[in-house]
Amino acid sequence: MNSQRRRLLAAGIITAAGAVFGAVAFAQPKEKIIHVTARKWAFLPREIRLKKGVPVVLEFVTADVFMGFNAPDFNVRTDIIPGKVSRLRLVPDKTGTFVFLCDIFCGDGHEGMSGQIHVVA
Amino acid sequence: MQQSIDRRQFLKLAGLGGVVFASGLAGGAKFADAADADFYFVQLSDTHWGFNGPAVNPDAGGTLQKAVAAVNSLNFEPDFIVFTGDLTHTTDDPKERRRRLAEFRDIVKGLKNKNVRFMPGEHDAALDNGQAWKEFFGASYYSFDHKGVHFIAIDNVSDPAARIGGEQLAWLKSDLATQAADARIVVFTHRPLFDLYPQWDWATRDGAQAIDLLMPHKNVTVFYGHIHQEHHQMTGHIAHHSAKSLIFPLPAPGSQPKREPIRWDPAQPYRGLGFRGVDAEVQKAEYEITEYPVKKA
Repeated sequence: MNSQRRRLLAAGIITAAGAVFGAVAFAQPKEKIIHVTARKWAFLPREIRLKKGVPVVLEFVTADVFMGFNAPDFNVRTDIIPGKVSRLRLVPDKTGTFVFLCDIFCGDGHEGMSGQIHVVA
Repeated sequence: MQQSIDRRQFLKLAGLGGVVFASGLAGGAKFADAADADFYFVQLSDTHWGFNGPAVNPDAGGTLQKAVAAVNSLNFEPDFIVFTGDLTHTTDDPKERRRRLAEFRDIVKGLKNKNVRFMPGEHDAALDNGQAWKEFFGASYYSFDHKGVHFIAIDNVSDPAARIGGEQLAWLKSDLATQAADARIVVFTHRPLFDLYPQWDWATRDGAQAIDLLMPHKNVTVFYGHIHQEHHQMTGHIAHHSAKSLIFPLPAPGSQPKREPIRWDPAQPYRGLGFRGVDAEVQKAEYEITEYPVKKA
């Protein structure tokens, strides 16, 4: 096989792979992104409404200091670092109302910094 | 033991709801150097000096002094006294933090017994990684021995993420390596080492690693604070006992939607507040009997 044929063949494989990848990506429903801002000393929004089995991506920023998001009932947490966007994928596996909280001691009002996730069927 | 019974009877009558606590320290350990080594210590926790909230404690500026007076009035001198964290209520102002720590230190200087051990809580230490607290009280984790019992103070609050951390866990491992498997070990810490109720932040993120290190030791008891109420739980053979607060009580874990202080009841002032006395009782002598038959020569 000469070098030109090898280059053509390689280009074809790459194109095919790209087509397959694109088709798969296109076939997947886009996951809903929920933006959450943490600030001293509250999450906005405080209430997050989800559907059981429907994945979402939670995107966090902090308006001031280093904080954390922890939803113990779903065994997920992330740091929320100033100047960065933190992402957390969550697929609720149960219905009900569940607590989330800041798990980084962040100041005078830290202990009241919590919210609720409501999951419906 | 009659003396222990007297202590209990006395403490049930002590002010601020002081209670005695049968420590559960008994184990199979041998006391080669601790003849007649029964002893008694007092645990106080979560004094939150600097807290201001008349609806939950209108005597926030006087409760600590009452506790000091109550400890001083005990008929039985404790061998030592330990404060298991949240000596002060948190503040974002470093100067105010130091002022509160200084006032706390000056008030507890009124304790007649000068053998006092201190530990930080997250209210004291989490906002500056324990810097101010250490200026007043020294190392935030340490161990010491007393009458045949090995005491270990674990700091799970100076990291605002409530981690003990790799460095301290390595120290704990090396400290425990000096102890026999049947040594009597008492751990003091602020937050529960186990996941008591993470929804209210009643946990230590890497507490399971500390428990794993303690687990090979047969006789381990943990005394902690943080949750402002008595709570008793086992993780395997390790007993964990939380103490009441000296500022306001908190509800039982998960008993209501939010972790909010229980409001002051004028009809029952200081209800739910108190401190603890712990009797460490030496294992009674045990005799293993073996019967031998007479054999024909």
